[in-house]
Amino acid sequence: MIRRLFARLVAHLDGYLLFALGMLMLLGLVVLYSAAGEDFHFVTKQMMNLAVALGVMWVIANIPPQHLARLGLPVYIAGLLLLLGVALFGDISHGARRWLHIGVTRIQPSEIMKIAVPLMLAWYFDRHAATLRIKDFVIASLLLLVPVAFIAKQPDLGTALIVSAAGFYVLFLGGLSWRVMIGAAIAGAASMPLLWSMLHDYQRQRVLTLLDPTQDPLGSGYHIIQSTIAMGSGGLPGKGWLHGTQTHLEFLPEKHTDFILAVLGEEFGLIGNLILLTFYLLIIGRGMVIAANAPTLFGRLFAGSIVLTFFTYAFVNIGMVSGILPVVGVPLPLMSYGGTSAVTLLFGMGALMSIQTHRKLIQT
Amino acid sequence: MAFGMRSGTELRNNQQELHRFRIRLAVAAAFVLFAFALLVTRLVYLQVLQHEHYHTLAENNRISIVPIVPNRGLILDRNGVPLAHNYSAYTLEITPSKVDGLEETINKLAEIIEITPRDRRRFRKLLEESKNFETLPIRSRLTEVEVAKFAVNRYRFPGVEIKARLFRHYPHLDLFSHVVGHIGRISNKDMERLEEDDLLANYRGTDHIGKQGLEQSYEKQLHGTTGFEQVETDAGGRAVRTLSRTPPISGNTLYLSIDSKLQDLAVKAFGKYRGALVAIEPKSGEVLAFVSQPGFDPNLFVDGIDAANWDAYNNSPDKPLNNRALRGQYPPGSTFKPFMALAALELNKRSPSYTISDPGFYALPGSSHHYRDWKAGGHGMVDLHKSIVISCDTYYYGLAVDMGIDAIAGFMSHFGFGRKSGIDIEGEQQGILPSPEWKMKRFKQKWFTGDTVSVGIGQGYNLATPLQLAVATAALANNGQLMRPHMVKSILDSKTGQTRALAPEETDSLPIKAENLARVKAAMVDVTRPGGTAARASLGAEYLIAGKTGTAQVVGMKQGQKYVESQVAERHRDHALFIAFAPADNPRIALAILVENGGHGGSIAAPIARTVMDYYLLGKLPKEAVPQESPEEPEHD
Repeated sequence: MIRRLFARLVAHLDGYLLFALGMLMLLGLVVLYSAAGEDFHFVTKQMMNLAVALGVMWVIANIPPQHLARLGLPVYIAGLLLLLGVALFGDISHGARRWLHIGVTRIQPSEIMKIAVPLMLAWYFDRHAATLRIKDFVIASLLLLVPVAFIAKQPDLGTALIVSAAGFYVLFLGGLSWRVMIGAAIAGAASMPLLWSMLHDYQRQRVLTLLDPTQDPLGSGYHIIQSTIAMGSGGLPGKGWLHGTQTHLEFLPEKHTDFILAVLGEEFGLIGNLILLTFYLLIIGRGMVIAANAPTLFGRLFAGSIVLTFFTYAFVNIGMVSGILPVVGVPLPLMSYGGTSAVTLLFGMGALMSIQTHRKLIQT
Repeated sequence: MAFGMRSGTELRNNQQELHRFRIRLAVAAAFVLFAFALLVTRLVYLQVLQHEHYHTLAENNRISIVPIVPNRGLILDRNGVPLAHNYSAYTLEITPSKVDGLEETINKLAEIIEITPRDRRRFRKLLEESKNFETLPIRSRLTEVEVAKFAVNRYRFPGVEIKARLFRHYPHLDLFSHVVGHIGRISNKDMERLEEDDLLANYRGTDHIGKQGLEQSYEKQLHGTTGFEQVETDAGGRAVRTLSRTPPISGNTLYLSIDSKLQDLAVKAFGKYRGALVAIEPKSGEVLAFVSQPGFDPNLFVDGIDAANWDAYNNSPDKPLNNRALRGQYPPGSTFKPFMALAALELNKRSPSYTISDPGFYALPGSSHHYRDWKAGGHGMVDLHKSIVISCDTYYYGLAVDMGIDAIAGFMSHFGFGRKSGIDIEGEQQGILPSPEWKMKRFKQKWFTGDTVSVGIGQGYNLATPLQLAVATAALANNGQLMRPHMVKSILDSKTGQTRALAPEETDSLPIKAENLARVKAAMVDVTRPGGTAARASLGAEYLIAGKTGTAQVVGMKQGQKYVESQVAERHRDHALFIAFAPADNPRIALAILVENGGHGGSIAAPIARTVMDYYLLGKLPKEAVPQESPEEPEHD
C-alpha cells in the first residue's frame, strides 16, 4: 500500500535528473554556508526556497505535456500584461523598474517570461506543424521580441538575455533557416557602427565598461578583479571549505548570489569547478535525450529550449565570474542564493520530466 | 498508436521533421560541448597555469584599488573672487590594518596631540564604513607645532602618518552663506540617493557632498571624476608598488553673476537690521546680489557642526539659518500696487484720468466695515499716477473689487507671483497668489468679496518671497518679459578648459502696451522724487530710479486702533519693503529689499537700494556704511 503510494508519487520523476539536481543543490548549500560567512540564516532560507521549487517541479512533472502546451497562450498574454504593468506602475529599485505590487506581495513578471516565451513559441509551432512557413517564423520572432524589448527597457539585461535565448532556441530547433540566421548575424554586426554613433557618451562608457571591466575598477570591474583572484588562488585542490581568504577577508559583493562560483573556485579549486561542470553536463545531456525522444513537436521544442536555456545560465555565469564575459546579472543555476530563479529552473526541470514520463502514455 | 488516423505522407513528414530536429539538436550539443571546453580552458588557465600569480596576489600581496578623490570645483564671483575654495592642511591618519591595538594607539597619540572625544567618535564611524587598506583621519587641521611634535615621536607609531588633505573653505564666512551654502559629510540618505543615480562608484573616497545652496544644486558639476590607483600592497597593507593610475578630473569651476563687492556693500547697508535683498539684471535674469541677513558661518558645517554652535544658531531669535530671500514669505504690501495699476490699465478697468475722492477709508457697498487708508482723512483727489506716488490704499481697495480676484490672480501669475522662480538653488518657497480655488483647497471655504479688498494692497492672503518680488520687479523693468533668475553665470569645464555661459531663459512673457508701461514706470520714478514716499532714494542721484515702497504688517490692527511705531515692541513692528529698478529708462538693475521690523520702506529700505545701485551703476562707494534711522519721517509706506 505504502509502496504503491510511493510508486505513484515518483511515477513522473526522472531518476537521472533528480540525482544530478540533488547533488547540485547539496553542493550549493555547502558553498552558500561558507559564502554567507558561516551563517545558517541564508542556508535555511535557501532550503525553504528549494523545497518550494521542488514542489513546483513535482506538480509540473505530473501535468501531461499536452496540458502544459495549452497553458502557452494564456500564460504568455498574462506575462505580457504584467510587463506592461511594470512599465507603467512598477517599483524602481537600484535604478531599474522590475517589480510589480499585486496586493500583498510583489512579483517580477520578467521571470515568468523565461518560461512563458518558449512555452508559447513551442505551442505555436506545434499548432502550425503541418504547414510551417517563413511567415510563422516572422510571427514567432515578433512574439519573442516584444517581451524582450520590455525587459531590456527596465533595464534588466541578464533576464532579457535569458528570455531571448530561450525563444531563439525554439526557433533554432524548429528549423529556422541557416541563411536567415547568418544574414541576421551579419546585419547585426554591420549596424553596430550606426548604433554606436547614436549612443550618448555616458551610454558608450557603459558599454565599454561592460566589455572591459578594468576600465571601471571602482564599480563592477571590482567584482571581476576580486573574483578572478579568488578563483586563481584556489588552484587545483582549493584552499579548503571555509578557508577561502579572498572571499572571507576581502569585500566581494554578491558573493552568495551571482558570484558564488568565486567561493567554490577558491575553496574547492579546479576540482570543485570540474565537479560542478560535470553535474551540469549530466543534466544537459539527459535533457537532450529527453528532447530527442519526445513524441510531439511541442515536447521536442520545449524540452530542447529548457535544456539549452539551462546551459546558457551556467555558461554566462561561469564566463562572467571567470572574467571572459561581461558582467550581466545571471545567477549560477541551483547554486546562487535566491528563490525566484530556483522556481523558474525547477519548473523547467519538471516540464522535462513530464515530457519524458508521459511519452509512453501518448504512444500507446 | 494514438495517431493511427494519420495518413502515410504525414507520417513520413513526421519522420523527416524528427530527423531535422535531431540534427539541430546535435548541432546544439556540439556547441554546448565547445562552450564547456572553453570554460574548462579558462578555468585551467586561471587555476593551474596562473595559479602562482594569483596565489601571490592573494596570500602575500593584495591588489587594492585606491580611489583618488578629485579636487572639488571652485566657486568664484563674477570677477573671479573665490567664494568657496580648497586649502591643503595636515591630517593625522591611521591605517587600521597596519596597527595592532587601535584603541591603545589612539590613547598613546592623545598624549602628544589633542584628540577630542568627537574626533574619536568620528574615527569610529569612518572605521565601520571603510576597507582596511584605506587610511583614515583621526585628527584634521594640525598646527605646525603638532606636526613637529608628531614627527619627533613618529618611530613609536607604525601605521600612523601625517598627510596633506584638501579642505573646503568659505573665506567670506557669513557673507555668502545663503548663496553658496556648504558641503557636509555624506549621510546615509545621500548614499541612497547616490546609489539611485548610479553614482556611488564615483564617490568612493569622497567624504563630503553639497548640502545647501549652490554647493548642493551644482553638486554634479563641482564633484569631478574620481581617479584610481591599482596598488599592490603587502600583508600589512603598505603599498609596494603602483600598477596603474588613472588621474582624477577636478570638478568644474562655477562663475557666479554675483558681485562680491556689491554683496558686501548690501550686507553692510543693512547694518543691525535683519532682512533680505535680491538684485537682478532684468534682461538676463542674472542675480547680482542675494542677501539674507543675518547669515551664518558655513565653515562650521563642513565637518559636522558641534552642539554649542548649533544651539546658538538654531535658538537665536534672529534665525540666521533661515534663508529669508529664498524661503521667507511676506505680504508684498504696497509694492504690489504698481502691478495692480498695470493690470487695471491693461484690462481696461481704469483709465489714467479716472479719479477718486479718498475719504481715508473704503467700504464695500452695504457694509459698515471700514478698510482704512494708511493716512487718516485720506489723500483727497487721487488718480492712477498719484495713487502710486503717494501709495493710496483706498484707490486699490476699490480697484481690486472692480477687477475681481480671478483677473488679479491671472495677471499676477505672469509676473511670477504664486509660483517658483526656478532659481538655481534648492528649497525655494512659492509664496501665495490667492484665488478662490486656492482658498477652497487651503481652508475649505468660499471666497468672499471682502477677501479681494485687501489683496489689492498686497495684504490679506498675499505672500511673496523677496526673490519673487525681485523677479517681478525685473520683469516690470524688462517690459513684461520674465527671466529665470540664476546665480551661476558660466561654468569652466576643467577637462576641456572651456567656459560655457548659461543662456538667459525666458519663463513667461506678457505682451503689455508700451504706453501703459510708461505710465506706471513714470509714476514709480516720481515715488523717488520729492513728494513721493521714497524721496530720499534718489536724492542727488545722477540717474532715474523707479521704485515703490511697501509695508508688511507683522501684527494685525483692530478696527479703529492706530499703529504707533514707538508703542510697538521692536519685533512686532512692520517689515519695510522697497522694490526699484534703475536707470528707469534703460534698466540695468532691479531689486527687492525687505527689512524686518524696519517700519517704513522709504526710510530704511530705500537708502539700501540707493547704495547698491550707486555702486553697481557708477562704481560709487557710500560715504557712510550704516544707514541711520531718522527719528522723524513724514512719509509712510
